[in-house]
Amino acid sequence: MPTEAPEAVSARPQRRIRGTVAGQPRPHRADLPGVDTAIQLDGVRVRRGDIEVLQDVTAGITRGAVTGLLGPSGSGKTTLMRALLGVQRRVSGRVVVLGQPAGAAALRGKIGYLTQAPSVYRDLTVGENLAYFARLLGVGHDDIAQVLERVGLGPHRHHLAGRLSGGEQTRLSLATALLGSPPLVVLDEPTVGLDPVLRRDLWAFFGELARGGATLLVSSHVMEDAESCDDLLLLRDGRLIFHGSPDQLLGQSGATTMGAAFLQIIEGVRSGSGAA
Amino acid sequence: MSRAAPATAVRVLGQLRHDPRTVGLIIVVPSGFLALLRYSLSGRLGTFQSVGAPLVGLFPLVMMFLVTSITMLRERTSGTLERLMTLPLSKLDLMTGYGIAFAIVAAAQGSVVAAVGFGLLGLHSDHGTALVIGLAVANAVVGTSLGLFVSAFARTEFQAVQFMPAFVFPQLLLCGLVVPRAQMAGALQVVARYLPLTYAFDALGRAARSTRLGSGMRTDLVAMTLTALVALFLGALTLPRRTA
Repeated sequence: MPTEAPEAVSARPQRRIRGTVAGQPRPHRADLPGVDTAIQLDGVRVRRGDIEVLQDVTAGITRGAVTGLLGPSGSGKTTLMRALLGVQRRVSGRVVVLGQPAGAAALRGKIGYLTQAPSVYRDLTVGENLAYFARLLGVGHDDIAQVLERVGLGPHRHHLAGRLSGGEQTRLSLATALLGSPPLVVLDEPTVGLDPVLRRDLWAFFGELARGGATLLVSSHVMEDAESCDDLLLLRDGRLIFHGSPDQLLGQSGATTMGAAFLQIIEGVRSGSGAA
Repeated sequence: MSRAAPATAVRVLGQLRHDPRTVGLIIVVPSGFLALLRYSLSGRLGTFQSVGAPLVGLFPLVMMFLVTSITMLRERTSGTLERLMTLPLSKLDLMTGYGIAFAIVAAAQGSVVAAVGFGLLGLHSDHGTALVIGLAVANAVVGTSLGLFVSAFARTEFQAVQFMPAFVFPQLLLCGLVVPRAQMAGALQVVARYLPLTYAFDALGRAARSTRLGSGMRTDLVAMTLTALVALFLGALTLPRRTA
C-alpha cells in the first residue's frame, strides 16, 4: 500500500517510467518549465471506500495536443477524468485545469466531456438533444449542424436517441461534447463500438482539433489508438506507469507494436515492483 | 433567471411529448377517477362536493410529485446529470426548469379535470373554476418541488415509487380529505398543521365553498409558496456536483 513513508517515496521511480530510455529518468517535455500545459496534476489521489483508485498521479498535459490516456479497464482512467472535471469526490493533491482549480465555476462550458456511458436523453431526438446542450452553452444552430456532420449523424437528426445503436448514441454524446468548440475536450472511450473507418476518421478529427489549438485528453483501452496520439499516459492499478510520446514507448520497450510495448511495460512494472 | 431554466423546461416538455402514453394517463386518469367517485357517491352528492372539489386540485400535486421524482432520478442514474454539472447551469436553474415544465403540464391536467368535474359531474364553486385551476397549478409546483427534493433520497425507481405511500398518503389522510381534521386525535391535528398538503387542501376547500375567502386563504397560499421554495432550495442542496 502506498504511504507517506520515505521508503515508499524512494521506491516510486522504479514504478513510474516516464519517457525514459534505458531506464534513465528524464523529465517529460510537458513537465519542463516553459512548456504550456492545459492540465497540471500534482500528487493526485482518489479514494473510494478503503481503496485508493488513483495513487499519486503527477503529470502535465500539453496544450494543443492529443494526449491518450491508456490502460486496462479498472486502471483509473475514468476516475482521473472525473477528477479534472471536478465531479469526483475525495480527490486530494492539486488539479489545475486551464489555470483554474478543477471544478471551478469558470470552467463550466469550457470543457467538452464525453462520459463513458452515453449521456443523452433517450426520449428526445438527436436534434433535440443537441438543441438543449446548445442552449445551455449559448451556441447557435450552425454549430449543431457542424457537429452532426462531424460525427456522421446528419441523417438521424429526427430520430429518437433511444432508437439509435450503441455506437450511434456514443457519437451523439460526442457531438454534444464538441458543441461550442471548447478549448479542452475530455473523451472517455469515444471510439468503443465504432467501425474501423469511423474510428480512423474520428482520430483524424481529434488531431485536427488539436492543430486548431484545442487540448484533447482521450481514453482508450485499445493500444492501437496510441499511434494516433501526440502524447501518452499509461495507467495501471491507479498508478501512472508511463508518460511520453508513442515513439518513446516503442523505443524504450523495443517492441514493434503498441500492444506489445504496452504489455511489456506492464509486465516490467509488475516484476519491478515485486508483490505490489 | 438565466437561459438555462427555460431551456430545461423546453427539454423536459420535449421528453414528455415523445411519451404520449404518459401524457394521456396524466390527463385522463384524474377525470376518470373523479367520475368513479361521483357515481360511487351517487346518493350523497354533498360528500362528493366536499371531497371531489379539493381533489381536482390535489391530483396535480400527487401526480407531479411522482413524475418529477422519477424523471429526476433517471437524470441522476443515466449520467446526464453528471454531464449537466460540467455545463453553465446552476442547480437552481435545473430545479426551476423542472418546475416550469410540470406547472405547464399541470395547467393542462387541471383544466381538463376541472372541466369534467365542474362541467359534467355537477361540482360547483362560487368563486369560479378559474380559481380552482389556478390552485391546481400552484399545487403542481408544490408537488414538483417536493418530488425533486425527495428524489435525492431514492437510489432506484422502486424506491422513488415507495415515497408515494410513505410521503404523500399520510398527508392525504391527515389533511382532512377523508375525515375532518377536527375529528382526529389531538396530536394528529397538531402534526397536520405542519404538513404542506393540509394548506393545499384548505385552500381548495375555501375555493369550493360559498363563504368569503378571507385571510385564511392568504395563510394557505403563503404556506404553499414557502413549501415550494424551501423544497426547491433543499433539492438544489441535495444535488451534489461531486459524486464518488
